[in-house]
Amino acid sequence: MSSRRPRPAAALASAVRAGETTAASAVDAALERAREIEHLHAFLSLREAAAREEAAEIDRRIAAGAGASLPLAGVPVAVKDNIAVAGGPTTCGSRLLEPYVSPFDATAIARLREAGAIVIGKTNLDEFAMGSSTENSAFGTSRNPHDPTRVPGGSSGGSVAAVAAGCVPVALGSETGGSVRQPAAFCGAVGVKPTYGRVSRYGLVAFGSSLDQIGTVGATVEDAALLLSVVGGSDPHDATSAPVPVGDLASGLDEAAIAGTRIGWPAEYFGEGLDPAILAACESAREALANAGAEIVEVSLPHSPYGIAVYYTVAIAEASSNLARYDGVRYGLRVGDGDLSSMYLKTRAAFGAELKRRIMLGTYVLSAGYYEAFYGKGTAVRARIRGDFDHAFADVDALLCPTTPTPAFPIGEKADDPLAMYLNDIYTVSANLAGIPALSLPWGRTPARADRPALPIGIQLMGPDFSERRLFELARFLERQAPGPDA
Amino acid sequence: MSVSSDDVRHIARLARLELTDEEVERFRRELSTILDYVEQLETLDAGSAAEPPHPDQPLRPDAVEAWGDVAALHEAAPDFHDGYFRVPRVIE
Repeated sequence: MSSRRPRPAAALASAVRAGETTAASAVDAALERAREIEHLHAFLSLREAAAREEAAEIDRRIAAGAGASLPLAGVPVAVKDNIAVAGGPTTCGSRLLEPYVSPFDATAIARLREAGAIVIGKTNLDEFAMGSSTENSAFGTSRNPHDPTRVPGGSSGGSVAAVAAGCVPVALGSETGGSVRQPAAFCGAVGVKPTYGRVSRYGLVAFGSSLDQIGTVGATVEDAALLLSVVGGSDPHDATSAPVPVGDLASGLDEAAIAGTRIGWPAEYFGEGLDPAILAACESAREALANAGAEIVEVSLPHSPYGIAVYYTVAIAEASSNLARYDGVRYGLRVGDGDLSSMYLKTRAAFGAELKRRIMLGTYVLSAGYYEAFYGKGTAVRARIRGDFDHAFADVDALLCPTTPTPAFPIGEKADDPLAMYLNDIYTVSANLAGIPALSLPWGRTPARADRPALPIGIQLMGPDFSERRLFELARFLERQAPGPDA
Repeated sequence: MSVSSDDVRHIARLARLELTDEEVERFRRELSTILDYVEQLETLDAGSAAEPPHPDQPLRPDAVEAWGDVAALHEAAPDFHDGYFRVPRVIE
């Protein structure tokens, strides 16, 4: 498809503040583009009237001289539909929340508003963020802008498709096991999973509470970093948000020194099942870093082969607990009015097949007699995975590896094989289990073949807790070296 | 790990999910496959369940705060009346 990139967020905000353009025209352009890309089904709802009103208000504030305090003045943003925006839907891609109107803003949304950004719409996702393709959405599958017969990845597929198709420069997604990085890799965007605790989750609908984190998507590294600078930071409404200042993650990334940086190359991430083109992409990024004077160090993360098993133990257990609240009493869908227990059953029948599967698995591993063997064991191995990273980061500044084993797969290919779908997250889940920050950035494309066109490739950087700034510096360096989209 | 149809029905009851016979059979197969995969953890000596994954989480003072739009919270409920969330009769 034609690649139409909107002006980067930082440049757009500065033009809006300077009066060279207006928030109103930026929002109009984004809404127009959203209509042009309707076939991608990136959005579940658009906030046309509200976004236009908010843009007009931003323009009035700038005319009144208040522009300086608006780092994202007039920047249109797409938001995954599991993050609450007051006065509108937060469906989570589920029939269970279809009737729900959010009475409050998530903290991340409140911070976007304070910064002058405008939410133009809510984006598609796998139901309750459980999936890797958006095929589990109750409202239809999103499509990959580079090949509409393929998935955009998931679960934040709608947010990433909106950025990759040039509708918005930035978007918010959420991660539990790779749900921002994997679609970013599939669609050719930058996707960030911040450190656990970096961004408040107040207003993010819970999936796996020891794993969930709001993440940022950008067409460029700087934009993804700018968005994280705005939404990050501690929040009294979320006890898991870390009391660690976020600082400026986006300015001056170009000036960072690469020479002397120690980059780890984790052997376990380059094994069987990795597409040769993705291996070649990682090797070429490694060479770019080495040519700039970085030291490449082989490291071992011996427990990473257990990542998926641990992830699906911990995530499903927490999901089945979190989803117990959808009982038809306080919000969302209610079906049936016989007795209470039949109301529960009929209401919860509206969960899709993957949700039922995960609730069943989670309930099973938490049930009497199995808790220690599954959740207990999973938690213990999780600590070993974290230990692997601590050990590696005692020696290196960051790790370089693939984001996904393959490029975007065709819609329907894995829909009937849950385990194959889960294994797609093999390189991303460990960062969520360990709580460390990680990001994916585009690095060229796979060569076109008879069975698939050239598709974007994502390479991944991971770092120790709260090292986002360093990861953005390295990513910005790599972004300048990366092969173009037509390479 | 072999999961029986009765196991599936028992778990569904605990989770308040109503499954068709077709779903029971499908979940029996799928749960067995996925639990087989997860069982690889058993071969690993990882010690006992360790420290919580995220130890440093300071709590805010436990002070009452007014919440914004309470009326909108009530409106979000399927059946809210006169200060109560209404549900079908529980006690005959």
